[in-house]
Amino acid sequence: MDIRTIAKDLELKVLCSNEKLDEKITGGYTGDLLSDVMANSRKGEIWVTRQVHQNTVAVAALKELAAIVIVQDASPDADTIKRAENEGIPLLGSSRSAFDVVGRIYVLINES
Amino acid sequence: MARIFNCDLHIHTCLSPCAELDMHPSVIVMEALEKKLDIIAVCDHCSSENAAYVMKAAAGTSLLVLPGMEATSSEEVHVVALFGNIEGLIKLQEFVYANLKGENNEDVFGVQAIVNAAGEVEGFNPHLLIGASDIPLNNLIDKIHEAGGLAIASHIDRESFGILGQLGFIPEDAAFDGLEISARTGIKKARLLYPELASHVFITSSDAHFVSDIGKSPTNFLLESPSFNEIGMALRNIDGRKVMED
Repeated sequence: MDIRTIAKDLELKVLCSNEKLDEKITGGYTGDLLSDVMANSRKGEIWVTRQVHQNTVAVAALKELAAIVIVQDASPDADTIKRAENEGIPLLGSSRSAFDVVGRIYVLINES
Repeated sequence: MARIFNCDLHIHTCLSPCAELDMHPSVIVMEALEKKLDIIAVCDHCSSENAAYVMKAAAGTSLLVLPGMEATSSEEVHVVALFGNIEGLIKLQEFVYANLKGENNEDVFGVQAIVNAAGEVEGFNPHLLIGASDIPLNNLIDKIHEAGGLAIASHIDRESFGILGQLGFIPEDAAFDGLEISARTGIKKARLLYPELASHVFITSSDAHFVSDIGKSPTNFLLESPSFNEIGMALRNIDGRKVMED
């Protein structure tokens, strides 16, 4: 499953790093506590979160996560988007809840 | 001549919904004196109506009371703001209330009582003080500084509402004046746990929500006199003022 397929199916807004959307994901992780995401997420996963602090980008880079999906229409500031662009991490936005986004991605992965 | 001052710079009152209702201004002052504290700070969740009453209750005693607040950022990070006067705190308060949504439900979250120095109930705070403000962390720290205050990251060793739990690590551009370690960990153990934070000043406070917890985990400050300015100098480790870690 690649990020572009997920972004298209869930109508996600691509905020940056468009060139990385064809990367394959290995799975997913959900969480807003960055300490938990640092401890438990794994390389190549798509990360679904409501957290928009710029530390999210550093955590995703450190853990080599495939992309960050920000839910509930939460908007990261311009600096955070720039950092994600520099790190080559796609930031994707959704108006849906984390529950809804994760459910849809889960179904997509299992059907593929 | 500098000497040691025994400080507990994070104490809640009965205004915080999660604090004991017995945490009246005069009770807090008596307990602080009993525990041989020299300086305390009153820090209720996103609110400040009792701070002036605690200061009034301490008038004429040896205890210095600093007005403060424990504000919650949009990332749900708790930050202790300390001030040298009530005017600075009121400035922060206006900004926080303009960015705090919701109304309290006493049955669910607890009573938010405004109580004066004589122990009389003046009213109840209607805001949802347990909630998070819409203020991003860096903006909150800037506002505290603009109002003349000091910004200290609350209980960084606690997962809930501590900055390390919420944000994984301290952002490079977060201009904290100090980091607070909870009573359960203490400064000595925190130094072993967080070697990457070696350049930061650590203090420890009781974060008391109950009368018996006041002074549970005091920090010794080496100061010339008991004042907000001296506390600020100690946090910056200048002119011989400092936080004593042993």
